Amino acid sequence: MTLWFVFALMTVAAIFAVLWPLGRSGRTQDQGSQNQGSEVAVYKDQLAEIERDLAAGLIAAPEAEAARVEISRRLLAAAGSESSLELKSDLAPSLKWRRAAAVLALVGLPFVAIGVYMPLGSPRLQDFPLAQRDRGAGSGMARSLENLVVQVEQHLEKNPTDGRGWNVLAPVLQRLGRFDDAVRAYRNSLTYNGESPERRSDLGEAISAAAGGVVTAEAKAEFERAHALDADDPKANYFLGLAAEQDGRKDDAANIWRALLAKAPADAPWRPLVQSSLARVGGGTMPALSDETIAASKDMAEGDRNAMVRGMVERLATRLKQNGNDVEGWLRLVRAYLVMGDRDKAMGASTDARQAVAKDAERLRQLNEGLKTLGLDG
Amino acid sequence: MIAESGHYALVLALGLALIQSIVPLIGARLRDAALMSVARSTALAQLLFVGASFVALVMLHVNSDFSVANVYENSHSMKPLIYKITGVWGNHEGSMLLWVSILALFGGLVAAFGNNLPLSLRAHVLAVQAWIASAFYLFILVTSNPFLRIVNPPIEGRDLNPVLQDIGLAVHPPMLYLGYVGFSISFSFAIAALMEGRIDAAWARWVRPWTLVAWIFLTLGIAMGSYWAYYELGWGGWWFWDPVENASLMPWLAGTALLHSALVMEKRNALKVWTILLSILTFSLSLLGTFLVRSGVITSVHAFATDPTRGVFILLILCLFIGGSLSLFAGRATSLKQGGLFAPISREGALVLNNLLLTVACAVVLFGTLYPLAMEMLADFKMSVGAPFYNLTFAPLFALLLLAVPFGPMLAWKRGDLLGVTQRLLAAGVASLVTVAIVWGWVRGGSALAPLAIGLGVFVIAGAVTDLVERTGLVRLPFATVLHRARGLPRSAWGTAFAHAGLGVALIGIVCETTWNSEYIATMKQNEVAHIAGYDVKLDGLFQRQGPNYREMIAEFNVSRDGAMLSVMTPSKRSFTTRGSSTTEAALLTRGASQLYISLGDATAEGAIAVRIYHKPLVLLIWWGPVLMAFGGVLSLSDRRLRVGAPKPARAKPRLQPAE
Repeated sequence: MTLWFVFALMTVAAIFAVLWPLGRSGRTQDQGSQNQGSEVAVYKDQLAEIERDLAAGLIAAPEAEAARVEISRRLLAAAGSESSLELKSDLAPSLKWRRAAAVLALVGLPFVAIGVYMPLGSPRLQDFPLAQRDRGAGSGMARSLENLVVQVEQHLEKNPTDGRGWNVLAPVLQRLGRFDDAVRAYRNSLTYNGESPERRSDLGEAISAAAGGVVTAEAKAEFERAHALDADDPKANYFLGLAAEQDGRKDDAANIWRALLAKAPADAPWRPLVQSSLARVGGGTMPALSDETIAASKDMAEGDRNAMVRGMVERLATRLKQNGNDVEGWLRLVRAYLVMGDRDKAMGASTDARQAVAKDAERLRQLNEGLKTLGLDG
Repeated sequence: MIAESGHYALVLALGLALIQSIVPLIGARLRDAALMSVARSTALAQLLFVGASFVALVMLHVNSDFSVANVYENSHSMKPLIYKITGVWGNHEGSMLLWVSILALFGGLVAAFGNNLPLSLRAHVLAVQAWIASAFYLFILVTSNPFLRIVNPPIEGRDLNPVLQDIGLAVHPPMLYLGYVGFSISFSFAIAALMEGRIDAAWARWVRPWTLVAWIFLTLGIAMGSYWAYYELGWGGWWFWDPVENASLMPWLAGTALLHSALVMEKRNALKVWTILLSILTFSLSLLGTFLVRSGVITSVHAFATDPTRGVFILLILCLFIGGSLSLFAGRATSLKQGGLFAPISREGALVLNNLLLTVACAVVLFGTLYPLAMEMLADFKMSVGAPFYNLTFAPLFALLLLAVPFGPMLAWKRGDLLGVTQRLLAAGVASLVTVAIVWGWVRGGSALAPLAIGLGVFVIAGAVTDLVERTGLVRLPFATVLHRARGLPRSAWGTAFAHAGLGVALIGIVCETTWNSEYIATMKQNEVAHIAGYDVKLDGLFQRQGPNYREMIAEFNVSRDGAMLSVMTPSKRSFTTRGSSTTEAALLTRGASQLYISLGDATAEGAIAVRIYHKPLVLLIWWGPVLMAFGGVLSLSDRRLRVGAPKPARAKPRLQPAE
């Protein structure tokens, strides 16, 4: 309510600013100021100035005389034209216009102000200065995950060596989709908590997530380090297999995943994922489980896996739309569509790819060769 | 409450500006004093509301109210107070609000102190100001509203671009805007004169001081920006011919020309139409600068964010005002009364030459700025026009201008005596030749043109001194008389001398810095010593420190010369976690006008660090020059007397030329 009161006061002040000079009408019209600003006044002042300069010895007498003649000539001309202007100042017919101006201020101004403000402003929202928010934080204020993250980030900014903090923060950032920040957090965690295969492979996962699901060389290096630290680390093994698959070495991928499954405990939650991946690259199924379980897990994983793969492919496609120079990326996309059984999309992508790299002969050659090996010729 | 009141105040300012752009014009047509004086009260009220709106935004930033999107995007609760305030205009929306606030300030000043203006001229001027203001209020409200809110306010802001977290941000943009927007006054006066169809002595008397004010601020703003880039960006460069820098240089060049032609107009009633055209061009270039910087056509530090709707909107404003004013000029200029006459060799003639050179130089910069943009847009061909282009085109033009500068103030009005002036400048010429000889004999290396350019700088300074000597009668008159005459000398004469000398000073600085700077770039380990320009710079060690919203790596250098310890220099690298970026803080050691400059690169794993050390001889002169110029401007501004140019009476057969 106070807000509307303030608005009303402001509007009244604005209207007053327009009405005030109208109300004073012509009677207080300042004849003095009118004359002061006129041309005649300026020339008169200039004449006086010449006398002063002459007295101060700044200009010589002949120059002063010449200037006086010039200015007097202009003065005469100005006086002539000004008297003709004065005659026109007749006040009566403009009363109508003054009323119109007053109405414009009284009606138009509030109308424009409300008309512009209402769609843009948020009159219901209160201010939220920092001081007030700190007090309210514990009670009514929504403590969303984002806000908690910000608080942890603030804490870490002041105490950057708190390894435990980075450990907590990193997976949350990963889940929130802030992959670049997650990469940094995992790096810090590694720095302050020391090496561990889990952290290395988490870092690798974050890097490949940031790259849109592609296991980049950088990510692969992290998985290899994790693998070197602990040859049985499941995440590292899974992603090394994925890297092999993305490179087109399906047999290698199948071997890695088969080895992983062989060593894995029967109740490992990631088993279905690896199995479905293995199925994708054409590796055999595992006989260790009953047919029913396999069917169940396969069904369950199928949805997850498809969603995951589709997400990755979409990310890759959008990235390529923005930057079409990446021949490797295009090939990967085409291969992905083929794997998903979508031959039309694969053809479409290969056409797009040819257009994107058409200007670069070397890239075009690479692309054509790659497409040939995928069986998409011309 | 603060946020919404500020928002509403801005909307009310728009409403007032709309009224101000119509009612006074009707009043002027009917010659009704009451309707015309609506302009005055609405201009003052507009200033009040925009001021309130700006203050509201500042308060929101200071209170870290992250429910306002603008504050959330550009502030951080742990930022020091000064950067919370300067951060208000460290972003697109806020800086546009500053722009209109300054516009309203100038409008308010005209309204408050314009009592001695003819009523109808004041009404016209304020109406034109209101057109500009309305356009920009709409632009702000529609495309870059700083008062938009977030329903669920985040707990922390995203922080200001770290490069901008510097004291330079407190000074550079406001100064520059005072300059840019200040030229709107001469623009409004020009349009008003065209609409009224007459241009009288009161017009010129008013335009010159306003132009001067804008010019002083623009000069300081550009110099400040250049010094900021010099110490903050870490490359030791002070001018890059970057489109954004050019955008501020062009109004300066046109504004300098305007300043001089307005002078001719005030003193001699000549060059009227030309002055009008220059007023229009100067402000058009200011608008163009705003467009280039704000539309995101150019991506640079200045562009904060890019948004196509903004670009289109500003382009519309640009076309409307530049196109409208130029066609008005084309239609009405011929109806203006022609002014006084003068001979080609005269003070007026010299000022025409000055105008010619400045506008051509301005055109060159305009070409160099827009050509690459046009090429990129039309031919999809990326190119950059840099120093080599300007060295070939801009530099000779300016050399010619500087050569002519000492002659100008010594020529008489209406008809001058070039030979006599040359004789009087003989001493200055000799001084500059001696300097050239000394520089040539003393230094090794560098361009052969450098000593000549320094000679030119000395000539300009000596010419300014000669002018003062001539006017006071030093040497030929007794000392007491000289003192008396010096006191009686108008301050504007002193101002001219200072401003012109400033040009020479800046030129010397530029030449020395570019020709004889030395640099040392290497990776240094602890206790390693670098030798540069006679200084020994030893790396003492690296330290880490925690700042309010950043972490900082400081390198400590011990600087000594001939074994005597001089000072400790601590350049640093700051990394800002919120934005995930870092800045280099260069360390400067000033010795006279020369500086030693250290900035840090990346640290290697073995505790060594990449270091760039520069020795820049006489580099500070580059900025002392503009400061001198601005000081000259202030002196001239403080001179409240009327300006009359007493003509030299004709002796022999006078051959006069028409003014335009």
